[in-house]
Amino acid sequence: MPNKNYTRREFIRNLSVTTLAGLALPLLSSCSREEVEDFLQKHYLEMNEDEKKQVIAKMERRYFEQYGRKFQISTKEALPETLWGYGLELSRCIGCRRCVYACVQENNQSRYARQLHWIRVLRLKRGNLINLEDSEHYYAPETVPEKGFVYLPVQCQQCQNPPCVKVCPIHATWQEPDGIVVVDYNWCIGCRYCIAACPYKGRVFNWSEPHLPKDEVNPNVHYLGNRPRMKCAVEKCTYCIQRVREGRYPACVEACPTGARKFGNLLDPKSEIRYIIERKRVFRLKEDLNTEPKFYYFFES
Amino acid sequence: MQKNLPGLAILLLFLFTIPSIAVEAGKDFSVPPPPFTEGIFPCSSCHASMGTNRKKRELKDEHAEIRMHHAETMRWCLDCHDAKNRDKLRLYNGELINFTESHRLCGECHGNIYKDWRAGIHGKRTGYFMGPGKRTYLLCAHCHDPHEPKFKRMIPEPPPFRPTDRRNAK
Repeated sequence: MPNKNYTRREFIRNLSVTTLAGLALPLLSSCSREEVEDFLQKHYLEMNEDEKKQVIAKMERRYFEQYGRKFQISTKEALPETLWGYGLELSRCIGCRRCVYACVQENNQSRYARQLHWIRVLRLKRGNLINLEDSEHYYAPETVPEKGFVYLPVQCQQCQNPPCVKVCPIHATWQEPDGIVVVDYNWCIGCRYCIAACPYKGRVFNWSEPHLPKDEVNPNVHYLGNRPRMKCAVEKCTYCIQRVREGRYPACVEACPTGARKFGNLLDPKSEIRYIIERKRVFRLKEDLNTEPKFYYFFES
Repeated sequence: MQKNLPGLAILLLFLFTIPSIAVEAGKDFSVPPPPFTEGIFPCSSCHASMGTNRKKRELKDEHAEIRMHHAETMRWCLDCHDAKNRDKLRLYNGELINFTESHRLCGECHGNIYKDWRAGIHGKRTGYFMGPGKRTYLLCAHCHDPHEPKFKRMIPEPPPFRPTDRRNAK
């Protein structure tokens, strides 16, 4: 008999390690290798280039199986010297909701059960613009614009001081260097703190697997933007990150039939958004909350 | 004249089938061809053999679909369309311009809006706002009918489903 005296401390330590290993073995062996890989996938910001490539190859393969389309998942980083800003002319918006459905199409949102929209067009009584509690977004007249109403489209305001980022317990959402607030859908645990924290109702939640028709899928996607999401992920407007980082206007800007929507780089003095801020009467929603939105509403003066 | 006709036709075809380039304040941007009713251009194909009647009247035989709601009490066709060369528009100073440059004519009255349009605030730009990608800039006439510039009322897209909507349930 080897004469080895175990102290009580050593005994407990060995026991707990054995127990943990014993518990983990059936747990991990009951999942496939892919599921283990998914479970252990790193946070997007902590991945190196090789890991990103692997994850993207895996995702492209899965999307192909699910939607039958070849996806191009971009991981393009923020362009240098850019800070994106948005302008919306309220005197021109007629409340036709073309932007809402262009966004759904571009950003692969769930179409039904549950339907998710990133843009919400509020209808307010004329002269009552500050009273958002009296707004209505289910309005359905035969034709627009209606007499005596103004329309106020609201989407993520890309705050420079975003409350949704502050409350996320696991850093699944953050602000990119070009000012866009993005979500790592794989890292998100679906606690919905950010939805509660957002004063603009800019975020929506996938209560079930999204319903995305195969023939309406947009295969040009960005990892942090419009790639198809999964159940329990929070999603939001990203100013069409997949487009603006290529220098292309967001889908809602291109869809607006009255040209009320404007977009540009706040750091470029010659950009359209800077022209608006310097020459028009602009305001931002709920400025008193100190969220510093980069979404400027303005009037024709 | 007869000899030059095919050449002229090819020139016009070239002008109006490919997106033309408008040069404005040292800036080049492409605009889609002007929104003509099909088969209406060139105007001279009918008007060349017709006399000029400057009298303000109700149009019955041709162009009867044009509703004039653009300061109609003080305006008539030949204020903007040139009487001699019907394929051109006419500025105040008598300069003749192509339909692809119609924004210059609009800008003569609507100066402030024209200034905003050139900066990209009024009107609509699509495509790429920076980089080498193509940017398209719409003319005034693409959104506003010059004879009746006020926007028509529109049928809105459907409202979002209410949370209790059956289409929102599994």
